[in-house]
Amino acid sequence: MQDAAEPFLRIEGVSKTFGSFQAVRNVSLSVGKGEIFSLLGGSGCGKTTLLRMLAGFEEPSAGRIFLDGRDMAGVPAWERPVHMMFQSYAIFPHMSVEKNIAYGLKHEALTKAEKADRTREMLELVQLVPFAARKPHQISGGQRQRVALARALARQPKLLLLDEPLAALDKKLREQTQFELMSIQARTGVTFIVVTHDQEEAMTLSDRIAVMDKGEVKQIGSPTEIYEFPASRFVADFIGSINAFDAAVLGVEAGLLRLSVPALGTEVLARGQSGVAEGSKVTLAIRPEKLRLSMEKPADGNAVQGKVRDLAYFGKDSLYRIALPSGVLVQAHAVNARRGDEGARVADWDDEVWLAFDATSAIVLVE
Amino acid sequence: MGRISQWFDRRGFAAMLIGLPYLWLLALFLLPFLIVVAMSLATKTPTAPPFSFGGDHPWVNGQAYVRVLTDGLYLRAFLTSVGNAGVAMMLCLLLGYPMALGLTRVSKSWRNILLMLVILPFWTSFLLRVYAWMGLMGKNSWFNGLLTDGWNLLVPMDWAVKSIPMMNSNFAVVLVMVYTYLPFMILPLYASLERLDPVLDEAAMDLGSRPWQVFRDVTLPQSVPGIIAGGMLVFIPAAGELVIPSLVGDASSPMIGRLISDEFSSARDWPMASAVAVVLLVLMVGPTMLYSHYQARAEGTK
Ligand SMILES: Nc1ncnc2c1ncn2[C@@H]1O[C@H](COP(=O)(O)OP(=O)(O)O)[C@@H](O)[C@H]1O
Ligand SMILES: [Mg+2]
Repeated sequence: MQDAAEPFLRIEGVSKTFGSFQAVRNVSLSVGKGEIFSLLGGSGCGKTTLLRMLAGFEEPSAGRIFLDGRDMAGVPAWERPVHMMFQSYAIFPHMSVEKNIAYGLKHEALTKAEKADRTREMLELVQLVPFAARKPHQISGGQRQRVALARALARQPKLLLLDEPLAALDKKLREQTQFELMSIQARTGVTFIVVTHDQEEAMTLSDRIAVMDKGEVKQIGSPTEIYEFPASRFVADFIGSINAFDAAVLGVEAGLLRLSVPALGTEVLARGQSGVAEGSKVTLAIRPEKLRLSMEKPADGNAVQGKVRDLAYFGKDSLYRIALPSGVLVQAHAVNARRGDEGARVADWDDEVWLAFDATSAIVLVE
Repeated sequence: MGRISQWFDRRGFAAMLIGLPYLWLLALFLLPFLIVVAMSLATKTPTAPPFSFGGDHPWVNGQAYVRVLTDGLYLRAFLTSVGNAGVAMMLCLLLGYPMALGLTRVSKSWRNILLMLVILPFWTSFLLRVYAWMGLMGKNSWFNGLLTDGWNLLVPMDWAVKSIPMMNSNFAVVLVMVYTYLPFMILPLYASLERLDPVLDEAAMDLGSRPWQVFRDVTLPQSVPGIIAGGMLVFIPAAGELVIPSLVGDASSPMIGRLISDEFSSARDWPMASAVAVVLLVLMVGPTMLYSHYQARAEGTK
């Protein structure tokens, strides 16, 4: 059965077991053509293993993988229209940069001139033309990374798998390369699946992200969705920082949930969530930048009072740590919009302040 | 303590460490070699030692070299040596490469056991092993019998033989040399194959290469240093081999080691023996130096 809505890549209930250890558990996801899709998760959560199953180096213990409507089961790595950029780059040390990039073209039915053209095009794409004749040990780490990228792109794969493409680069180069990757993806139109453990990288690069933990996919969504609507406490914690409190549901009011939050010492209203019953125990989560800081009590809405315990000034914004009467510490980000000799900060150490937040930016997590 | 470490830190110590191998080479290779060169230019005399300078040839005597280069006996011996050693080297490579590759693909514990097995033959006397082969190849051995039966079964009636004449032939020399020198091929090959990154194989496979293409494009070119090291470790001693050809070889077409030995002992022609030895060394060292020269040049321009 293949209808028009068949996604480009469909992973269906894929698991991988090594001996008694389950590295990937029942992963199902779809990736659209031309998308940059990230697999985000801590070290050892099975990202590379999932990627290796897509490339054909490991057979899934269970589940199926469809690429462009074709079942990939039993298709060897060398026949898959999928190329991988390895975490260690895996550049052939005995071949020049140019030979490395041209390697995959050996197996293409192209004339010599076409191969040379394609190689040239790739060298230009990754700006390595002056280094074409160099051996891999004569170029820098960032250049090696680009050789690996060009080599994988040269055969014009349908799907490019990138295993931690930026992890081996230093911070400055990493940021620059991030944008380079995105522009190369946009120009070539190849679907990218990027493995990363760096949430900022995933947020910047991706159209969609799958957050993984212990071999499982915890949530799939756009960076905004993952950030604004995390589905679980794990995802909320993993992406950015968050204030989380235990809460109990008191009732539903006009689509909003009324919660009793002992740590805040008050009742608050939070964004409604389907399937949350009255009396159930939940987690209330609020991003630090969603908390508004003021010296006076806000007119209405959710508000709690506390004392500034800690303050870090970053120039464009400040991070406050505020102690509530219950003893709980809350983090709040405030943008330093005002200017002046003493007006840069909203509040100072030991000031009594009010923290307010909208019901719509308060997240209720069931898990 | 302090004084010892001070002593180790001294620059002179480092220089000595570097100098030691050179000293060794100088005293135990270059000096004897120069003596041999000198002897090769002397004249044979019925004295002890059986050579002298002067006489008919007041300074040096190039007669020995003239004979080495013109007498067909020596030329044939060189060709036999190089031929036998070359065939033995190729066979060692063909047999040893899959073994070395296999060693890198098995689990760590198996690897140690198998490596042990590769060098296990060294634990018994070399001569004993050659004699064992002589027994196996002999006309009345079960081994020869088995091969003869197989041969007779496969070929037409009138080609049938009572036994295969294996002994005293170049075949026997090559067989025993391959058996003897195989570990010298396997070990350097294993050392160079073991260092290769298996991810490179995956990368090649990912780019569309089938396993045999991965071998041709990735594994083989990267193991060239191991092939050359193993090849030289087999070829050089095999070309100068004395014991194996004397025991199992064809006496009518001697190898060069046999000639040197005969000249030294039975003919007591030391200048001649020395001249043959010098030519052999030049033949062996020449290609090696050329190789390392080009190797260094290739690395310099990379
Ligand atoms: N070939 C293998 N045999 C046994 N365990 C493996 C193998 N490959 C990966 N693992 C295990 O699977 C888990 C996930 O590994 P991996 O996919 O590399 O994680 P990640 O890339 O997310 O850091 C790790 O605990 C790792 O030890
Ligand atoms: Mg990994």
